[in-house]
Amino acid sequence: MAEVQVKEQEGGKNKQKKKHLRVDFTPMVDMNMLLITFFMFCTTLLKPQMMNINMPAKDEVKPEEQNKVRESTAITILLGGDDEVYYYLGMIDSTTAYKDPGSFLITSDYTPQGLRKLLLEKNEGTYELIQDLKDKLKNLEIKEDDFNEQARKIQEVALKETKIAPTVMIKASDLSTYKNLVDVLDEMLICNIGAYAIVDITDGDRYLLYMKTLNPAYLTEQQLNQQTKAKK
Amino acid sequence: MAKVKVKKNDTFIDMTAMSDVTVLLLTFFMLTSTFVKDEPVKVQTPASVSEITIPESNLMTILVDSEGKIFLSFTNQQDKVDALTAVGEDYGLTFTPKEMDAFKKLETFGVPIRSVASFLDLPSDQQEKYLKDLENQRVGIPTDQLSDARGLISGDNEFKRWVSHATEKNPQLKIAIKADKSTTYPVIKKVIDDLREMRKNRYILITSLKTASNA
Repeated sequence: MAEVQVKEQEGGKNKQKKKHLRVDFTPMVDMNMLLITFFMFCTTLLKPQMMNINMPAKDEVKPEEQNKVRESTAITILLGGDDEVYYYLGMIDSTTAYKDPGSFLITSDYTPQGLRKLLLEKNEGTYELIQDLKDKLKNLEIKEDDFNEQARKIQEVALKETKIAPTVMIKASDLSTYKNLVDVLDEMLICNIGAYAIVDITDGDRYLLYMKTLNPAYLTEQQLNQQTKAKK
Repeated sequence: MAKVKVKKNDTFIDMTAMSDVTVLLLTFFMLTSTFVKDEPVKVQTPASVSEITIPESNLMTILVDSEGKIFLSFTNQQDKVDALTAVGEDYGLTFTPKEMDAFKKLETFGVPIRSVASFLDLPSDQQEKYLKDLENQRVGIPTDQLSDARGLISGDNEFKRWVSHATEKNPQLKIAIKADKSTTYPVIKKVIDDLREMRKNRYILITSLKTASNA
């Protein structure tokens, strides 16, 4: 392979002498190996992924507006500590919720059988439509702009006209981690949920979590003081 | 005695094929991989199913470590320099061209604005040590009122200034948050709230691709 046949003419005679010229590639291989090792150690093949997220502006959401969320379709997801997750449907009803927090606040988990099952059930009708669109996008039948446009329309209809799409509120407690938050946002993506928001946890939610788990770390200091006073 | 003739056999191994393979591998690595960014804190991003890859330009990354220390990095050199100049002006600080050059070389930075000049004077290996020193209180961009040893208030929310100046200079700049998966939510909430106060409501969370092993 690394031989070049050199034709050499000798002293006017037309006799061709074949001479093998061998190039030693060993140093070349050495150098390449060195470079490969360098690249393997100093670079990464993993390209980081990203997740787009839109937060409601601070002064846009007023408490009265938050209550406008339809009770029938609202799902509130509470992120607890130790990778625990709870949810309740509708709003906190002060007469019944606090009396029986055990059955009002339902324990769930991040597995496909947990939150995802619930969300898919609630998002039935919309999920399939969006999934069809996603398949079309994958098969390059539609462009990305068209996909966004059509998906937005479907979500809007489901939210405002047929009123079947759920509105998910994600409330992360102080004990939850960033991973929990991303996991829940992930579930929203998987289940094609159109309306979801990360909302600040309220005192009522804290109290519910405390009643459910009996972990005082969920409460604010003020609430803790009230608790100890009440016990006395 | 009969002479034993040792026949010398010239074993010449042809390395051309080997060379071909290594060159091929080398090209593969050069084309597909990206250089590991040297970050002062090791961050393990949470896994997600989202398959959008991050943009390669016009990106400002906010690196949050598990204790809430904040570091910034920019993909565009110009954004970085503009932001430093603007934030410096707010505090009446100007930077020499030499300091600017040193600043351009930094990938991820995070020191209070008043310590930037002295930080830039350090040789680069010392800078690395300085940022990685967990005990050092002067690491990370301050996000709230801090009082120094003499009881003087050493600054307000510098992080907000960095973000607002950077986005003012380059309106196309996208904001990305990169945080460790074990970071507690209040730490993230602090960053999110600061961004929200500046009406920056669209941003990117950097994640890694979910695979079967880390799901």
